[in-house]
Amino acid sequence: MQTFNYVKAPNIDKALTGLGSGKFIAGGTTLVDLMKLDVERPSTLVDINVLALDKIEKLPDGGLRIGALVRNSDLAWNADVQKSYAVLSQALLSGASPQLRNMATTGGNLMQRTRCAYFREPSAGTPGGYGCNKRTPGTGCAAMDGFNRTHAILGTSEHCIATHPSDMCVAMAALEAVIHVEGPKGKRTIAFADFHKLPGDTPHIENALEPGELITFVDLPKPVEGARSVYLKLRDRASYEFALASAAVVAKVEGGHIRYVRVALGGVGTKPWRSHEAEATLNGKPAHAAAFRAAAEAALATAKPRSDNAFKVELAKRCLTRTLKLATA
Amino acid sequence: MAMDTLPHAAGIIGAVVPRIDGPLKTTGTARYAVDHNFPGLVHAVAVQSTVGSGSIRTLDTAAAEKMPGVLLVLHHGNMKGAYRLFPHQDDATISEARPPFEDEKIYYWGQFVALVVAETLEQAGAAASAVRVEYDAQAPDVRTDLSAGFTGTRQSSWKRGDPDQALTTAPVVVDETYATPVETHNPMEMHGTVAVWEGDHLTLYESSQGVVNHRIVMAEVLGVPRENVRVISRFIGSGFGGKLFPWPQSTLAAVAARNLNRPVKLSVDRRMMFSNVGHRPHTQQRIRLGAAPDGKLTAIRHDFFTETSMLDDFVEHCGEQTPFLYSCPNLEVTTGMVRRNVGAPAPMRGPGAVPGLFALESAMDELAIKLKMDPLELRLKNDAERDEGTNRPFSSRHLKECYLTGAEKIGWKQRTPEPGSMRRDGKYIGWGLAGASWAAARIPCTATVELCPNGRICVRCATQDIGTGTYTIFAQVMQAKTGVPLDRIDVFLGDTSLPDGPTSGGSMVTSAVLPAATSAANEAVTRLLNIATLTAGSPFAGAKADTLTVSHARIHAKDQPASSGIAFEEVIRMANLSGITAAGKTIPSWEDPKARDFSMHSFGAHFAEVEWEPEIARIRVSRIFSIFDCGRIINKGAGANQILGAAVMGVGMALFEDTVHDPRTGQPINGSFADYLVTTCADLPALDVTFLDYPDLLVNEYGARGIGEIGMAGVAPAITSAVYHATGIRVRELPIRIEDLLQSKILEV
Repeated sequence: MQTFNYVKAPNIDKALTGLGSGKFIAGGTTLVDLMKLDVERPSTLVDINVLALDKIEKLPDGGLRIGALVRNSDLAWNADVQKSYAVLSQALLSGASPQLRNMATTGGNLMQRTRCAYFREPSAGTPGGYGCNKRTPGTGCAAMDGFNRTHAILGTSEHCIATHPSDMCVAMAALEAVIHVEGPKGKRTIAFADFHKLPGDTPHIENALEPGELITFVDLPKPVEGARSVYLKLRDRASYEFALASAAVVAKVEGGHIRYVRVALGGVGTKPWRSHEAEATLNGKPAHAAAFRAAAEAALATAKPRSDNAFKVELAKRCLTRTLKLATA
Repeated sequence: MAMDTLPHAAGIIGAVVPRIDGPLKTTGTARYAVDHNFPGLVHAVAVQSTVGSGSIRTLDTAAAEKMPGVLLVLHHGNMKGAYRLFPHQDDATISEARPPFEDEKIYYWGQFVALVVAETLEQAGAAASAVRVEYDAQAPDVRTDLSAGFTGTRQSSWKRGDPDQALTTAPVVVDETYATPVETHNPMEMHGTVAVWEGDHLTLYESSQGVVNHRIVMAEVLGVPRENVRVISRFIGSGFGGKLFPWPQSTLAAVAARNLNRPVKLSVDRRMMFSNVGHRPHTQQRIRLGAAPDGKLTAIRHDFFTETSMLDDFVEHCGEQTPFLYSCPNLEVTTGMVRRNVGAPAPMRGPGAVPGLFALESAMDELAIKLKMDPLELRLKNDAERDEGTNRPFSSRHLKECYLTGAEKIGWKQRTPEPGSMRRDGKYIGWGLAGASWAAARIPCTATVELCPNGRICVRCATQDIGTGTYTIFAQVMQAKTGVPLDRIDVFLGDTSLPDGPTSGGSMVTSAVLPAATSAANEAVTRLLNIATLTAGSPFAGAKADTLTVSHARIHAKDQPASSGIAFEEVIRMANLSGITAAGKTIPSWEDPKARDFSMHSFGAHFAEVEWEPEIARIRVSRIFSIFDCGRIINKGAGANQILGAAVMGVGMALFEDTVHDPRTGQPINGSFADYLVTTCADLPALDVTFLDYPDLLVNEYGARGIGEIGMAGVAPAITSAVYHATGIRVRELPIRIEDLLQSKILEV
């Protein structure tokens, strides 16, 4: 771990002006972990935990505003979330451990970084270390021909196959959340689908935040009337493991036909993977097994497995098929 | 439970007794190795090799040495005063015979190449990452196929009859190869050393499963007299075999402390646990079984490879149970040792038996399927009445009863053999079973018992309690012998200044300490009664000692109730004694003419149930029934705890654990608790443990054998057999993975 400065920001303005080339710290569950591994080496940590961003409020339009500092546990057990956005509560509770969920925040979860073992090696991206284009562009990708059982099959590039690890983000992708940020140039909003970036040839750029910008809120749109939502996570063991494949579905069935559907996949994409292909396959179709499987085939049509993760293609299909069945039952 | 027919057993022996050290642990007051701090203590952090094979070209410590607080950087260029132990030509055992930093060569990824000592842990860590090492790297050999490039000789053992001939003529043959991966010991407490020199005397605070062995090793490695070294491990956050023999961190801490003349603390971190301090090695085992159509075994061949490190020669003895588990006239076991660029392997809970029985018991299940025979019936049909490997009778073997009891508990009669033929609550279920065995012996031990004038009893022995309940067993014996309650019994373990005791390994501690403890207690009581008759003013003055006894902590006439006598300490005070001390010792079973002609083993069986949801390729273990014949169980609480914990570890072996080495660097690439999966609480099946509790009186007067290892043997094959029964997929290479199960043809529910 490298030596760093630590400052506590009393308000958003002070947080923004005090950042410099440093990093904001909230729960620290990813950042401190990566600092210990020398992956993150911020010169300064600006502690934002006291900012007034820890509320969950109903919006006048029927939506829900989630402060960036709302802890994962508080969000998961919030009555409005459980009632109207069940997929989000389920996703949060499937992730990490109670201890981590008590610390991790909504904004921090949006910024969660990959669990790629090569990325996490202290010396990755340095001479003599594993190649990692996310750590140091141009050094290659050791995962490509290394142990890549947990790596992504969707949205990959020849430069990076790192999986986006978050469960919360998969649910938010299906819920079409909107992210509010505030920075040196003022406030703006970012559609959820635009927040996380595909690796392409710039895998070190992971999101749409401009330098110095702080996530302040996440807005969830008004719940779709009559819709149900479900999150299903598949993994080797029953708890405390990142998804090998997961699915978030929001669906509404009328007269046996699918009238509204949003689909996102986790554990398989380089970003929280909204599947418009699956949605297009399902829209207006009878809610039964054949349509679900067809949607799953569509969602995974462009999958590019590597040596150890080919099983994820079929696993993700089964995951989505089952989730659609549960959400439309 | 079997009837208790033991004349000696007071109620406390065989009861459920909470661990006497439990409150110290649950309140955080028990001090573990690296909890020890001393004035002037400094911190060391090790630097690890980032290549898996080759040599150090340059090692630049200049930057590190200039950093704040740095006191010393040790490496192969300046390391002095660490010697080798010659393997198998010594009283003691070391894990890695090459002393750290002996030369510039690299044999495995993560090998320690330098040690930075600084005033604070943070300073040492920062400076450790500033040590620049360049390597002449070679491609490491971490191939998982152990037959690849094998040029060594296979060692044959246990050969009887003509197995090859019998296999060619056998009507039914199974010939399959089974593999188990590298499994990493992950006790909660990691390895660590605090080394303190006072003049030429060294005290090491360690997390050791064998303080006596550790002391001998470190005396020889450091070139100091044995009596100058003291090793202390009062509390240990378990070891699972990984802490049996010293690792390089102990040497490094002692050398650094000697160089600086200050106490040095050195911890092995979780990441290093995967590379530097042992693992259960890869095994690849070909099993050939020949059988008559009625299921009677005619031949067993067990030919296995076991991976080991480049320099040491640890062998995972997968064939140890094969010669005696079944009755079979033709048999051979052969071993091939295969070197890879990995750290030295080490015994891990049930070494040999656990991977070996995975292979043998899996093959038995496959044989039953080929024979269209119930796997339980196949076991019963081939049960051995005598040890055909050593041609000796068993001291006590009730494996058949284990099987029959387990079958009754799970309801085996209802089992339909066809894969995917049993369902419950919208899921497929599968049932599998497997047998287990582990050797018993009585190994040497000494102990002292002191009856104190304050009414307490002190017991002393340089064995150690690795979390299994050894403290409590000593106390139970004292209470059984004297009636002194547990809260007046002080047990001192884990310190080489105490009388020599055994290493906590091989499931041998309980059977070893009982004779020493009982004989010391008996002798102390005899002396107390003699003194009671010889002390003026004693109510028993002039009485015959053999008419007296001690119970309820009181001396009284044998034909009178305890209330008629006096508290035992009163006699000690009347005689103006500081205490009455007696020593006891355990004669090893191999020197015991009554015991040495017997084959002594524990036995057991696991019955596992899995649930299979094909829609999402999800397998979960739902129930395990474990029925064990381990002699008399001294503490049924701690005993059940051993079997339960082992079953949980067995679930991990079956479904999760696999240390993966990157083929390019040789690095264990999943070396963290997020990436190396062990069983979580959410994965736990309903566990049910039964002890048959037949005393094995050839082992000791209570008839207790050890139980630490055996519970893990047989779990994985019971689960893989259950998985086959549920899914139709036979997994011969552990762990069972979703990848395997996606191939199942049993799909619709």
